Amino acid sequence: MSLELTNVLKTYREPDGNILTVLDIERFQIGSAEQVVLVGASGGGKTSLLNIISGISTPDRGSVKVDGNEITRLPEVARDRFRAERIGFVFQTFNLLPAFSALENVLLGMSFSGKRVDSKRALQLLQRVGLGHRTTHRPPQLSVGEQQRVAVARALANQPSLLLADEPTANVDVKNQDLILDLIREACAESKVALLMVTHSTEVASRFPRVDRLENFNRAALTTGAAR
Amino acid sequence: MNLFSIAWKSIRQRFLASSLTAFSVALGVMLMVAVLVIYGIMDRMFSQQSIAYDLIVGPKGSDMQLVLNTVYRVGSPLQNLPYLYYEELKKDSRIETAIPFCLGDATEKGGFPIVGTTEEYLEHPYTPGEKFKLKGDGFTSSFDAIIGSEVARVNGWDIATTDKPATQFQLIHGGAESHKHEEKFTVRGVLAPTGTPNDKTVFIHLNGFYAISGHDAPLKEAVKRWHEFSGKGTSESDINAAAAEWAQKCGIPIEEPPPKPGEHHHHHHACDVQKEVTAILVNTKSVVIAAMFNGEMKRGYKVQAVNPVVPMQRLMTDILGNVRAVLVVMTSLIIIVSGVGIFVSIYNSMSDRRKEIAIMRALGAQRRTVFSIILAESILLCFGGGIFGMLLGHGLVFAAAPVVQQQTGILINPLAFEQIEFVLLPALIALASLIGIVPGLSAYRTDVARALAD
Repeated sequence: MSLELTNVLKTYREPDGNILTVLDIERFQIGSAEQVVLVGASGGGKTSLLNIISGISTPDRGSVKVDGNEITRLPEVARDRFRAERIGFVFQTFNLLPAFSALENVLLGMSFSGKRVDSKRALQLLQRVGLGHRTTHRPPQLSVGEQQRVAVARALANQPSLLLADEPTANVDVKNQDLILDLIREACAESKVALLMVTHSTEVASRFPRVDRLENFNRAALTTGAAR
Repeated sequence: MNLFSIAWKSIRQRFLASSLTAFSVALGVMLMVAVLVIYGIMDRMFSQQSIAYDLIVGPKGSDMQLVLNTVYRVGSPLQNLPYLYYEELKKDSRIETAIPFCLGDATEKGGFPIVGTTEEYLEHPYTPGEKFKLKGDGFTSSFDAIIGSEVARVNGWDIATTDKPATQFQLIHGGAESHKHEEKFTVRGVLAPTGTPNDKTVFIHLNGFYAISGHDAPLKEAVKRWHEFSGKGTSESDINAAAAEWAQKCGIPIEEPPPKPGEHHHHHHACDVQKEVTAILVNTKSVVIAAMFNGEMKRGYKVQAVNPVVPMQRLMTDILGNVRAVLVVMTSLIIIVSGVGIFVSIYNSMSDRRKEIAIMRALGAQRRTVFSIILAESILLCFGGGIFGMLLGHGLVFAAAPVVQQQTGILINPLAFEQIEFVLLPALIALASLIGIVPGLSAYRTDVARALAD
């Protein structure tokens, strides 16, 4: 199992003092190297779920296991290290650092993992995403499609076991959308990395073998009807 | 990629703001370095190493005035000492060298001080281990002069060359009544630059100095002064008898008739009892003897023997030391203010960088890593500014050295380095760390989920 969530509850206190339940999940699993797309409405708790899976935030209760490791019990420092080593992240807005070249953005991911920084692998990854000729360009000098491809290379830099993609094609044009989807899926398949992509686009979802709707297993959505 | 290269990227991204704040640190450090180096130079100038004499013997009075006047040619001389006292002192077996020094006149052109002395002064080291280098000849006759390098440069004076005769000049009496002496002196030698007040001095032979009219007292008055000084009888009859004796010995009349109007006042050989010196430069045979002399003369009431270093060090610590302290405090404040500039610059950038920090954290950077990146940025700015400031400071000294030397005669080693400068860089790193803490903590506390959602 690449990912296993059991009885996860996440609430937020609203400014008016009310408690808002965002996630209430009894069970959610992804097998190793499985590719899953999670569809849900905006504000349905998709991003909160990704933050909990990656250890950026912690649930109020419940268990989150990545590759068999219970991450909710780890202290923050260990969670950060775990995230660096085992989880890749692709964001909707790419989130590349503008001061760094394409190559440096990929290397940056490596340098936080505590592993040796491997420039050769970083170059190979950029070649894999078709940017072997633009390694020294900085993000503002790249097209949006190219930026997202750099982000994919960065997410794979540390050979993670799970790749989380948060609406990775929402900000790119149709042509690039297909390209990037194919790229992410192929690259994950090649490296045997499990993939969890969240989207609100049914068109994107249709390309995945397994499509889950968040509302179907998030009880919070049923009780409150809305969340973030 | 280490913390510093990550920090450097962020500095480069905001290059103008970053370099301006670093430059303000550089300016503060530049001033600090200049203050330290210049004070160091002055300290050495006024220290033991710069004066090649154990003692300066002069009349009772301010020891500082005696040293400032004799060594640095600043201010006016105290009273005079009888030349005969110099002769006595010279015979003292404990003394190695005693050099007479007569000050008080100045050149008509440029107003450079005139020193009447003997060849000995020019043969003796001017600073321990350094002897004068002379172009031309030494003193060959009473009306020869040897001039310092600055005098030669400023006045354009020189020794005789193939196309020009040696420069001749007249002296102005340094007293209240400013009058020109008629005697003409000829430049026979030019000293190489020494970086000491000697560069701005004209040396004439003692005999020439005494030959100038007005530099000797009337015989009877001189005898009376000598008797008073040396504790001999001072009654009218004693003075008359001694004056007659001196008059016969020197072949001069007891009472010189005043010159008739329009008559040229011929110079003459003054009688030794009529001669006076302003100071005597002394080297004793050992430091212990110097101290003994010092104590011996303290008990007397007419003469003082001063270790020239003592009043100068007092000047350094009491007055210039405080000036330095004030300057160091002020330049430190400038550096701290520049530090605050760096703080403001980094702190202001933090809100723009919350997203960047959140991205790094999402990539697995730990809280302490992003804290350290901000700290590294602050250190790079302060340290870089500091290094640049040190270069600027030494550049300033390097550029100013020849100008200062021309204006003041103080020789500045343009490459002078003060050991205390080594403290500057660690101090800057400490300051940078202090500056980096608050924005660093703001990075540390970044709410990753929220910043990523923005």
